[in-house]
Amino acid sequence: MSLVNEVRKAFYLDSVALMRYSRTLAEMTGVDEAAMMMGTPANREIMTNAGLLGPDAEGAEGGDLIIGIRGRDDASAQAAIAAAKQLLDQPSGRAASNDVWRPRSIRAAVASEPAANLALISVSGEFAVAEARKAIRRGLHVMIFSDNVPIADEVTLKREAAELGCLVMGPDCGTSIINGVPLAFANKVPRGRIAIVGASGTGIQEVSCLIAAGGGGISQAIGVGGRDLTADVGGISTMMALDALERAAGTEHIVVISKPPAEAVAKEIVKRIGESEKTFTVCFIGAEPGALPANARFADTLKAASVLALESAGVTVDATAASNPQPAPSGRDRIIGLFSGGTLCSEAQIIFARAGRPVVSNVPIPGAPGPAEPETADRLIDLGDDQYTRGRPHPMIDPGVRDAALADALRDEVTGIVLLDVVIGYGAHEDPAGHLARQLEDAAGHGPLIVASVTGTEGDPQVRSSQVAILERAGVLVAPSNADAAALALACLSGGKP
Amino acid sequence: MEAIEQANRAAVGRMLEADPVLIDVVPACEAIPALADGRKILHAGPPIEWDRMCGPMRGAIAGIAVFEGWSAGLDEATAMAAEGAFEFHPNHHFGAVGPMTGMTTRSQPVMVVENRTFANRAYCTVNEGLGKVMRFGGNDAQVLKRLAWLRDVAGPLLAKALRECGGIPLKSLIARGLSMGDEMHQRNVACSGLLLRELAPALARTSQDVQLLAELLSFMGGNDQFFLNVGMATGKAIMDPVRGIECSSIVTAMSRNGTDFGIRVSGTGDTWFIAPVEMPEGLYFPGFTETDSNPDMGDSTIVETIGLGGFAMGAAPAVAGFVGAGAASEAGNYTRAMTEIGYGENPEWTIPALDYLGVPTGIDIRLVVETGIAPTINTGIAHKEPGIGQIGAGVVRAPMDCFKQALRAFADEMGVSGQ
Amino acid sequence: MDDNKLVEFLNAPLHVINVGLEGFAEELDAQGVPVVQVDWSPPAGGDPELAALLAKLGA
Repeated sequence: MSLVNEVRKAFYLDSVALMRYSRTLAEMTGVDEAAMMMGTPANREIMTNAGLLGPDAEGAEGGDLIIGIRGRDDASAQAAIAAAKQLLDQPSGRAASNDVWRPRSIRAAVASEPAANLALISVSGEFAVAEARKAIRRGLHVMIFSDNVPIADEVTLKREAAELGCLVMGPDCGTSIINGVPLAFANKVPRGRIAIVGASGTGIQEVSCLIAAGGGGISQAIGVGGRDLTADVGGISTMMALDALERAAGTEHIVVISKPPAEAVAKEIVKRIGESEKTFTVCFIGAEPGALPANARFADTLKAASVLALESAGVTVDATAASNPQPAPSGRDRIIGLFSGGTLCSEAQIIFARAGRPVVSNVPIPGAPGPAEPETADRLIDLGDDQYTRGRPHPMIDPGVRDAALADALRDEVTGIVLLDVVIGYGAHEDPAGHLARQLEDAAGHGPLIVASVTGTEGDPQVRSSQVAILERAGVLVAPSNADAAALALACLSGGKP
Repeated sequence: MEAIEQANRAAVGRMLEADPVLIDVVPACEAIPALADGRKILHAGPPIEWDRMCGPMRGAIAGIAVFEGWSAGLDEATAMAAEGAFEFHPNHHFGAVGPMTGMTTRSQPVMVVENRTFANRAYCTVNEGLGKVMRFGGNDAQVLKRLAWLRDVAGPLLAKALRECGGIPLKSLIARGLSMGDEMHQRNVACSGLLLRELAPALARTSQDVQLLAELLSFMGGNDQFFLNVGMATGKAIMDPVRGIECSSIVTAMSRNGTDFGIRVSGTGDTWFIAPVEMPEGLYFPGFTETDSNPDMGDSTIVETIGLGGFAMGAAPAVAGFVGAGAASEAGNYTRAMTEIGYGENPEWTIPALDYLGVPTGIDIRLVVETGIAPTINTGIAHKEPGIGQIGAGVVRAPMDCFKQALRAFADEMGVSGQ
Repeated sequence: MDDNKLVEFLNAPLHVINVGLEGFAEELDAQGVPVVQVDWSPPAGGDPELAALLAKLGA
């Protein structure tokens, strides 16, 4: 055993720094005990008791630094002394860590960022309303991406928020574009004078992208959640959004998108539209066109909504433009549609219904008659529906959710056409077309025709034209819109004659 | 609930309006008349009896019994304690606080801090310095000799000076200490110096014996933690007027006796909510490891209760290193984390390095339970055997279970059930 | 109800507090939108009884 002391005269270091150095030295091989301490009487007593103070350190004073090493042998002790000197002489260096503090609660986040004006909430549904309530009580508007929120909670939350003047977008709100900023699943569209208020995420995406493609722009796109226009919720968020858009700068025309609302709610909204100074497009997917005031027109599809909106903004669109149909393999009369967007699935059903083709769907549009022979009838499936997404990501995030159903459809001998949607933009998968193309590699040339559309813009991270090119290289017929893709599929089936 | 918001606003308002002044040093039995009769020993933490006390607490009790002349020696004192010859009470039940073991008995001098806004007083003994000391369970002749010197020399000298100068206002002194790198729990070097500077002229004017004055100045100047006990009495003086505000969920005391950790909450009166105390994590003096350490101990957590100590870590980057892995540059994160559980900020006690963020003030039990963030406490670490003393320093968390119990009791008080 | 609050929101730059999926915050940050990510965990460590109490006590 060997005790070595060394004293640095008039060398001060903070006791905490010294304790950390001491620990480093004590962990060296062959070192039994080590300490670096300022030579105050109290410290000298501690070192004496630890057997770390020998005659060499006798004369040390309070302002001197004492190094004490007890080693297994002299070589170990000397090595530790050398290490101690190195620790003392090294430049203090840069910060040992750059861990940034992150708030653990909305309360702390607001305290640290008083300018915050929106909470985007995507925690599990059972916690979403409680978090939203904290946000509105601190004056924030909220967008709730989370689903599985009980409707009673939605009602009380929206009522409380309305009292506070706060907007609740959602629950289950996938898409909004506020002041040009895409939130959650949304696309990079130019700013313009058309606003969208929608109870459907993919509906907002499709309409905003088609408006962008047609040369228009979006002032605001406000998602309200799929149940806002039910009798229970009573359109609280939709009405607030309409009131605000009436007075906020920058909007001339407003598109309202929803599944068919409850009758009383529809009346309220139509009444509100009648009082407005703006013009409107009303797109209640699957509803019969009701009586509308003079400043509003009805659209039965998302595509029609975008056309009417563009017209009202002074842009004329050639709504008949479509891709060249090709004949589907003969003897195969069935179309299978596999959608990631629920409203896109509904829109396709409307196109099919209009053509007199009843379909089987997991999300049937209201009033649609079922087919006589469901076993061989067309199937239009929303793969974003709960039954497919429980415990799995949404197909817009993970296109692999569609793989199994797609493989089945490609093998099905009576299926002539597979109809698909590809939704890109913020929040979506980085390359859904590429994924799809890989799935189609083996099927090319001998299976059903593949018809698709790409919902997105050139400004999106995935870039719409790149996604279209990937699909076309894979042999997919790409239509300019979801409605056009549905129509194209029907045209291909009827022998490829336009 | 609006009633809770109002009550908490009032509670934190009282904290911020407090005006603590160090006015005197007197024998404990003068400040706390109940100590004059019988063999009463006040200790740190929530109530505890002899058979559950940890080693250092027992060591301190044996020592203080000898010091008070109740026992001839340590062994006799220990036997008497086991037989129930002494009455044990928490400091907190008598307007007092004490560091670590927190011994307060009749003849020890206590510093008197008066909260002039609410005319209440709080007491704490004089800090003994480092090394072998009673607060860490030390009880040998050297420890008792120092206590006698504090009683016979230091106490009277400080008393005369304080009375002569009319007292030392503490709020602004603490504010200056924060800007000089103190957090008032593990680092009091700036405030100790500032206090000495304020007191020095009055000490000079009132001391007849230059030799004794030099002893006192040398003692204070050599004790970087001298101010800790002043800061603790300040904390008690600030928090006592906050006790018993109906509907308030603000913590009025956090304290530990080496066995249990206890908290009190304004809206639930003087009930202690108790859970087993946790082990501190930190750095050890040479020759010691965590296997030697005693569980966390002392009333000193009153400084965290008023937003200092672990809550003011951002002011004292040097102390952040006590966590072991923590870098000095991360000190601010501790303070920011405590803003999650603080009702508000103290506009007078600010931290320059955090852009003058006020220290988080008023621990709200609702926020503690909701966020799962327990108060961070900077603490000294005692050896588990009595008589050895301090062996390190570190950080410890208040046990979450205290806050959960308190929340349930508070909800009861508010007529709210979890069903 | 504050009629102007929502109008002001639609006329002002967005400043977001993101609670949940970090990808949303990353995309906003990439677009230069000020965003604070909350390091969220279930209230009261997921204890439903305490969470219910907290909800009623208005934490």
